[in-house]
Amino acid sequence: MNAPDAAALVRLEGAGKRFDNGTVALAGLDLALRRGEFLSILGPSGCGKTTVLRLIAGLAQPSAGRVAWAEPAGRDGRDALGFVFQEPTLLPWRTARGNVALPLILAGVARTEARARAETALAAVGLEGAGHLFARQLSGGMRMRVSIARALVTRPALLLMDEPFAALDEITRERLNADLLRLWREQALTVAFVTHSVYESVFLSMRVVVMARAPGRVAEEITIAAPYPRTESFRAGADYAAACRQVSAALRRAMGEEA
Amino acid sequence: MKAGLRLAAPPAILGLAALLLWQGAVRLFRVPDYILPGPVAIAATLWRDGGTLFASLLVTLAVALAALAAAIIGGAGLAILFAQSKWLERALFPYAVVLQVTPVIAIAPLILIYVRSTEAALLICASIVAFFPVLASTTLGLNSADHNMLDLMALYRARRWQVLWYLRLPAALPHFLAGARIAGGLALIGAVVAEFAAGTAAGGSGLAWRILESSYRLDLPRMYAALFLLSLAGVVIFAMLSLVSWLLLHRWHDSAARREP
Repeated sequence: MNAPDAAALVRLEGAGKRFDNGTVALAGLDLALRRGEFLSILGPSGCGKTTVLRLIAGLAQPSAGRVAWAEPAGRDGRDALGFVFQEPTLLPWRTARGNVALPLILAGVARTEARARAETALAAVGLEGAGHLFARQLSGGMRMRVSIARALVTRPALLLMDEPFAALDEITRERLNADLLRLWREQALTVAFVTHSVYESVFLSMRVVVMARAPGRVAEEITIAAPYPRTESFRAGADYAAACRQVSAALRRAMGEEA
Repeated sequence: MKAGLRLAAPPAILGLAALLLWQGAVRLFRVPDYILPGPVAIAATLWRDGGTLFASLLVTLAVALAALAAAIIGGAGLAILFAQSKWLERALFPYAVVLQVTPVIAIAPLILIYVRSTEAALLICASIVAFFPVLASTTLGLNSADHNMLDLMALYRARRWQVLWYLRLPAALPHFLAGARIAGGLALIGAVVAEFAAGTAAGGSGLAWRILESSYRLDLPRMYAALFLLSLAGVVIFAMLSLVSWLLLHRWHDSAARREP
């Protein structure tokens, strides 16, 4: 179901991004997101990982190169993507259900239907019965779950995640990683996951792209061959340890390149 | 209940002690009423003149509340307009500041000349004073929406009015309410100041005029009684606005929500 087919869902071709203050965040970046894959983007801070996601999401425009979608922004294209920010980014005056329903309401879906679909999305992330709570009544992990439910409520083909679990404790993070893999398989998603954790990237992804900075570019690409479903026992195995070492070494090389 | 008592007891005890001390000193040193009346004399005047003074209070309160309403509608409306056009904000905001820093007592005589109806003139003066805090705080609130949330809106292609309705207005609400609370007090001050400036032209109806009138007659107990009613009105306005603020915010905003144990 999640076998990556050769056709890329979206492709960054020679993408560059120069900000107004003259900083070059990205230069000549080529990256293809294959349909159905789980891709992690790993790199030191300031290497433009977030910018890659923002370019794909259309929240920023490339100053060079282009973002090419498999088909002109249609059902599978830009119209159907979810974004999970580093912060949960919940509107504090709306309940969890109200937050999850927001993308639908903005799109003009009727309120009763939006609420029902929001409940379904909340249940999918393990938050049934918490729809009436406000953000301040939720723990950090629950807020992030609400944020993921909101990203999934529009049934996107592509999910972009920008270091979503960086602020969570280790246990919560591992639980969310497992749940994320389950959602990825159940909903046949394509995921691009930005992280600075080697372990997280190895546990989750089929492919890890390691970026280097100044200017931001792809340094190396590593395939994690271990089969899914990956459970806690995968974390204990030798394959996992070997992959972590390999990715770690690649990251060190990418960071060493700057000197 | 107990917590409320603990909260109310210290100021009540202090106030009572001060009143007793005041009354005792006035008695002991035989201070005449036209220099410093004691609380008992003031209370007696309040009881005797209560009808007239209360009627005057209602007149002043009506001006203050109407001015507050005008300030809230005008200030919030202009702030929303500013949020739609940065150019308009840059063009108009300095003049709003000029209006704010010019003492209303100095503008009042001009307004009283130009505006034929005294009531309208009083209302304009009080609104000018009350308007700025609403404008300034609502403008700040509308501009303080989180960047990630704006990105979220952009991601789902929210229309301009949707961004305003679902994000900017709720985000501005706590700021707006803080501004409205300040405006409530200022509206009362503005109403009183304008009444003073109008003097007899105000038709001798408001509470400020009662204070002037009593001062001409050296009727100090009545001045104090009128003053007491004015502070009471100010406290009531503040309490009302605080209640509205609590009702609107307590479910989600940290400023109004009780801390979870």
